[in-house]
Amino acid sequence: MAAGATYTPIASFTVSTAQASYTFSSISGIYTDLVLIASVQLSASGQSFLYQYNGDNNTNYSLTILKGNGTSATSDRRSSINYQLAAGWDAGLPSSGSSYATAIININNYSNTTTYKTSICRGSNAAGGDVTSTVCLWRNTVAINSITCYSGASANLAAGTTLALYGITAA
Amino acid sequence: MILPGVIASSGGVASSYESIATYTIGSGGSSSITFSSMGTGFTHLQIRSIQRTTAATTVATGQMIFNADGGSNYRFHLLYGTGATATAYASPQTTYMGVSNAPGTTYNASMFCAVVVDILDAFNTNKYKTVKTLNGYDVNASGGELDLMSGVWMNTNAISSITLTPSTGNWAQYSSFALYGVKA
Repeated sequence: MAAGATYTPIASFTVSTAQASYTFSSISGIYTDLVLIASVQLSASGQSFLYQYNGDNNTNYSLTILKGNGTSATSDRRSSINYQLAAGWDAGLPSSGSSYATAIININNYSNTTTYKTSICRGSNAAGGDVTSTVCLWRNTVAINSITCYSGASANLAAGTTLALYGITAA
Repeated sequence: MILPGVIASSGGVASSYESIATYTIGSGGSSSITFSSMGTGFTHLQIRSIQRTTAATTVATGQMIFNADGGSNYRFHLLYGTGATATAYASPQTTYMGVSNAPGTTYNASMFCAVVVDILDAFNTNKYKTVKTLNGYDVNASGGELDLMSGVWMNTNAISSITLTPSTGNWAQYSSFALYGVKA
């Protein structure tokens, strides 16, 4: 017996004027998983789409990435870093025109207080020049209550960027 | 396709995606879990999970079978990145499909993999059943991996049960498995 409909929109945001970041704050712990869906353009070339939890800007994150850039499929890793990556690695995200990269980030069991938080993400950056799948680890057992989306270096989230957060509740 | 993004952009989300059942592994661990009810009225299924095993290894494969079929009726392909190399693998015809790679006790006890498994046209009786998986775990050092997997069950029967078993050890405490149905 199905327990009922889920996959609930929590919040969404469209960037109207370029800004450095956007934070989904005060995320309730009532869901089981979170899914963040993004369509992103940045204000400067050569940059990636990144995210952090709970305002933690310390080196408590790490990632492993599988990527293809049209020439080869490769893998890379970063340990003890202060960000998680959703899209853009070999190639930066689009920074002009009508081209946007997309990312779908799955944050499973985000509100439990016993495990580190692992997210898996598909990043589609065809206009920029690569496709990525990434697993990111946040070495913290606290519940996730905010997610900040931003870019590295001095790039801003460009106008037209959309960010949508959904909650999925298990039976 | 039942990618969350597609669902989200199609409208009517709340009525098309439903929770069916969930298992959370207790302190004793569990050798396997079985979803024995698939709900009604769904076209596709999705399993969302975090996993860890009690095996004294770096990693164990999550093995999935349908309808308790333990015969050599499955194949799966894997494209994975280890942080150093990208590699492809194809299984022989075998008794399960690999749908995850979960960390074992080699790594910090708080480290779990995250998994999303899509089972398309799960109840169509004219097709073999094809599955796709996004799986990954990272250990803040050498050893993590990101997996894109595809599996096939060479049987046209509607899926009536799903069993997930680690290749070695048991599912560890706090591992969780949630089954969802998607309506067309």
